[in-house]
Amino acid sequence: MTVTLELGLIYAIMALGVYLTFRILNFPDLTVDQSFTTGAATAAILMVNYDLNPVLALVAAFIAGALAGIVTGLLHAKGGINPLLAGILTMLALYSINLRIMGNRANVPLLGHDTIYSWFNSNGITGWVLILVLAVIILAFKFLLDWFLGTDMGLGLQATGDNEEMVRSFGVSTDAMKIVGLAVSNGLVGLAGAFIAQKQGSADISMGIGLILVGLASVILGQAIFQNRYVTRFADTAAGRLIFGTRNREVLLATTAVIFGSIIYRAAVQGALAIGFHPNDMRLISAIIVVLALLIPKWRVRTRAKSKQTPETQPALQEATNAQA
Amino acid sequence: MLKLRNINKTFFPNSINERVALSDINLDLDDGDFVTVIGSNGAGKSTVLNTIAGKVSPDTGIVEIAGRNVTRMKDFKRAKYVGRVFQDPMAGTSPDLTIEQNMALAERRGLSRGLSFGITKAKRQRFAAALEVLELGLEKRLSAKVGLLSGGQRQALSLLMATFSEPKILLLDEHTAALDPERARLVTHLTEKVVAEKNLTTLMVTHNMSQALEVGNRLIMMHEGDIILDVSGEAKASMSVEDLLAQFSNIKDAAVSDRTLLQ
Repeated sequence: MTVTLELGLIYAIMALGVYLTFRILNFPDLTVDQSFTTGAATAAILMVNYDLNPVLALVAAFIAGALAGIVTGLLHAKGGINPLLAGILTMLALYSINLRIMGNRANVPLLGHDTIYSWFNSNGITGWVLILVLAVIILAFKFLLDWFLGTDMGLGLQATGDNEEMVRSFGVSTDAMKIVGLAVSNGLVGLAGAFIAQKQGSADISMGIGLILVGLASVILGQAIFQNRYVTRFADTAAGRLIFGTRNREVLLATTAVIFGSIIYRAAVQGALAIGFHPNDMRLISAIIVVLALLIPKWRVRTRAKSKQTPETQPALQEATNAQA
Repeated sequence: MLKLRNINKTFFPNSINERVALSDINLDLDDGDFVTVIGSNGAGKSTVLNTIAGKVSPDTGIVEIAGRNVTRMKDFKRAKYVGRVFQDPMAGTSPDLTIEQNMALAERRGLSRGLSFGITKAKRQRFAAALEVLELGLEKRLSAKVGLLSGGQRQALSLLMATFSEPKILLLDEHTAALDPERARLVTHLTEKVVAEKNLTTLMVTHNMSQALEVGNRLIMMHEGDIILDVSGEAKASMSVEDLLAQFSNIKDAAVSDRTLLQ
């Protein structure tokens, strides 16, 4: 239980980054797969070789991840390369760079060095207390992202993913917005990587592979489950307004959903392991979770439309299906 | 206020699809001019607008706005001087953002966008006051998503957003064409009101000849990338739709589109 929550909360930082590109910028960014490792490798090397403070190592990881995001952004915005391809190119290049950062090793152990986790342990922060501390940290990141997306710059970023033509006609450089968005996103991903490295006691070249799937699963799952009409209705009440506000409600609801999604995803993975799946099956299971989370809302709409069939609406529906055929 | 000098633009040059969109266009707009632009399909009306907005860069010629040569300035930089309303009501607003967020975006046209709050109490009051002018009740729905608004409402909001920060030039590209007659009248009325209030220099493309005559102080007619008629003041006021049609048929081989004839 605590393991699920712990991993869910840490990976939620990465999921928030994926949300920023995938949902806000409408940019399916595959850089994530390696910028996670870039963050981990940067933090690990700085801690091992230069005895850097573990928290500063997290900051360094954010910067390293952000640089990777900027490269993808430049490839797309200035080079005109398709978003998916730009991400893949950066991701592939980063594999070599990550090995370089780690001194041409596939693994950098943090044994015997101070980490956030060793600090947690020596201060008796374990179990549920640790969950609480992590929850506060993740909420801080959520609030920062919420705040950022509510600023003048953040609004420009949101609109860039929504209606590029319009936002340019109001003098926003969509190129700059995309680069900023990709930088912040991959910065968060790199920071999550460094966090995980400190937790597991090493940075590993393969630790990020397939992570885009985890991020997407968290975002899609969270929004599919959490963002429903009951929550929207709650957000309209006085208590809901207090929590989600009215200025940037969509984003506040979505980031909350993404954090829940990250935890739900971890629970699903733990559940799959508990009923006897092999850890090697996890990629397949992740992919199936994403597919289901994408398809189920569509099925729901269709069955709802069918159940509402009345003599008057039936001809219209018939017409619509005929037109489709 | 606006100067176009010897603008030439050819699309797909040296190919089988080569098309001269603008041939040696010269146009001068005075401060506060409200010019309606008519012409058959493919006459180059939209290309003129896109050239002014910076979406299309001309092959030759100079674009000057308020005494500044902006020919090589990118569209989003030029947005500082140019406000636009598009034909498609979906095009001028961001559907996922709320009304007030859209207005906050519009308000910072030409200014830097930093890390201060996009929505504040003061801004809300300003936006509500501005929206009241539309008389659509939108001032009570500041935090509603724009995607929920009807086409007419969105177009009215687009117009308000485009004129909010008083651009040097306002470009209207058939902005009432996609609306039903009643909404179109409302948006036209709002356009005249806002333009008069803020004394905006305006270029409005329309397919509706009677609208082109009713609105504005000057009318230009385009044909095959050329300005073939330019009337203003008294001359324009005394013109009728029949006169315009006569002008059209005067042009040899003029292809008057069905759509134009219907109106």
